[in-house]
Amino acid sequence: MIKVENLVKKFGNFVAVDKVSFNVEKGQIFAFLGPNGAGKTTTIKILTTLLRPSSGKVLLNGKDPVRDQYDVRCSFGIVFQDPSLDEELTAFENMEFHGVLYKVPKEIRRARIEQLLKFVELWDRKDELVKNFSGGMKRRLEVARGLIHHPKILFLDEPTLGLDPQTRNHIWNYIKEMSREEGMTVFFTTHYMEEAERAAQQVAVIDKGKIIAQGTPEELKKKTKTKSLEDAFLNLTGHSIREQEVSAVERLRSFRRGRRH
Amino acid sequence: MSTIYILWLRQIKRYLRSRARIIGSLGQPLLFLVALGFGFGPIYQKAGGGNYIDFLAPGIISMSILFTAMFSGIEIIWDRQFGFLKETLVAPVSRFKIMIGRTLGGATVAILQGVIVFVISLFIGFHPNNLALFPLSLVFMFLIALLFTAFGTAIASILEDMQGFQLIMNFVLMPIFFLSGALFPLQGMPKSLVMVASLNPLSYGVDGLRGTLVNGSHFGLFTDFMVLGVVTLVIMIIGSYLFSKIQV
Repeated sequence: MIKVENLVKKFGNFVAVDKVSFNVEKGQIFAFLGPNGAGKTTTIKILTTLLRPSSGKVLLNGKDPVRDQYDVRCSFGIVFQDPSLDEELTAFENMEFHGVLYKVPKEIRRARIEQLLKFVELWDRKDELVKNFSGGMKRRLEVARGLIHHPKILFLDEPTLGLDPQTRNHIWNYIKEMSREEGMTVFFTTHYMEEAERAAQQVAVIDKGKIIAQGTPEELKKKTKTKSLEDAFLNLTGHSIREQEVSAVERLRSFRRGRRH
Repeated sequence: MSTIYILWLRQIKRYLRSRARIIGSLGQPLLFLVALGFGFGPIYQKAGGGNYIDFLAPGIISMSILFTAMFSGIEIIWDRQFGFLKETLVAPVSRFKIMIGRTLGGATVAILQGVIVFVISLFIGFHPNNLALFPLSLVFMFLIALLFTAFGTAIASILEDMQGFQLIMNFVLMPIFFLSGALFPLQGMPKSLVMVASLNPLSYGVDGLRGTLVNGSHFGLFTDFMVLGVVTLVIMIIGSYLFSKIQV
């Protein structure tokens, strides 16, 4: 379903993604793990047509994200690492906006929105402005939104950041069920190794732009002779703490915060 | 079509929900109308210009459209900050449609704002000559709104964050307003200033609005319409191009 061969992305002299190759089968739940700044989000941006690769081959559902942008965009849903809701709109309006953009016919759209909002337990609050929601509620809404158009592939970039175990569990159960029932492929990143161990069938570990290990969680543990995926991960990527450059958007955020106070 | 509609609707909803913004943005035009209108009124009268408020009101209506439109366009930077832009950019719709929907939404909001200022100016003492031409005034309002929303969009597509915003305010927006003949007649001004004003697209908008509301157009309504129309088209094309190049 996702095929990546020798993918390279350079920003000036900096190589963010360095000859990365992997394969995700249809219906598989695939975890893409790595320390901060390893190249995870850059890879997701390339897969989801937001960035152009410097070189290499990428196929999603048999289509190239550079040449067949439209087909590729129809085939996936995404929950971004950063919030991506319109806070001045209500929960329902955010869902509706998404459904219209993806050309889901009105009746199906309305039914689907109701079903998904009920599932993430936001139906009662559907007419409230998103800016009044807590972090967890916004996250739940984003997951629901990503599923409106029945994507073949679902990208989740640290989807459970800041969620309590109950919500995390709830969301994962639903995603797993969708994956089983509809054959939806799931590609996700996370810093919770225990979550990756539970949910993922396949794992790839990326560090400094290179893939350094691939396999099932069991295989990685065996290879590194460790008991948990977390230990395996530390074993593979080392213990040093990574520094990440601040992006323009983050700078903007702190600027805004500064202005407000 | 539905894409353009939903993006247009989003702009309208956001506008109608921010009451504070609506009222806040009426403060400046009101202050200008009252302070300048009554302040310079007697001198203008003595100099033989006639009723200054009648002259000033179309300029102030243009000003409120200019500011609202530019800010609507520049709002893309906030969309980028709140991540909402990404949501629209990964959807299977062309960027051109996204840009058109947004721009039409922003322009509609700006026209609404312009009409509100028009109504307020009536209470302050503005006497439009001929209300039969009001539909034509709306056409000029629409062109001003469209032009500067697209211009704001173009600028926001290049700016990565708000650092350059102050620069835009002081070196682009303010000169466009002050050097447009919104506050004073272009007749008898130094040649260099007239030159600058005739290169400024807003001059034609102000002039067109003045021509249709109180007569006395400087360039002629047809010239106003043509210049404004062509510049709007060009800026729309440039804006769409720059918007299509945004990477997030």
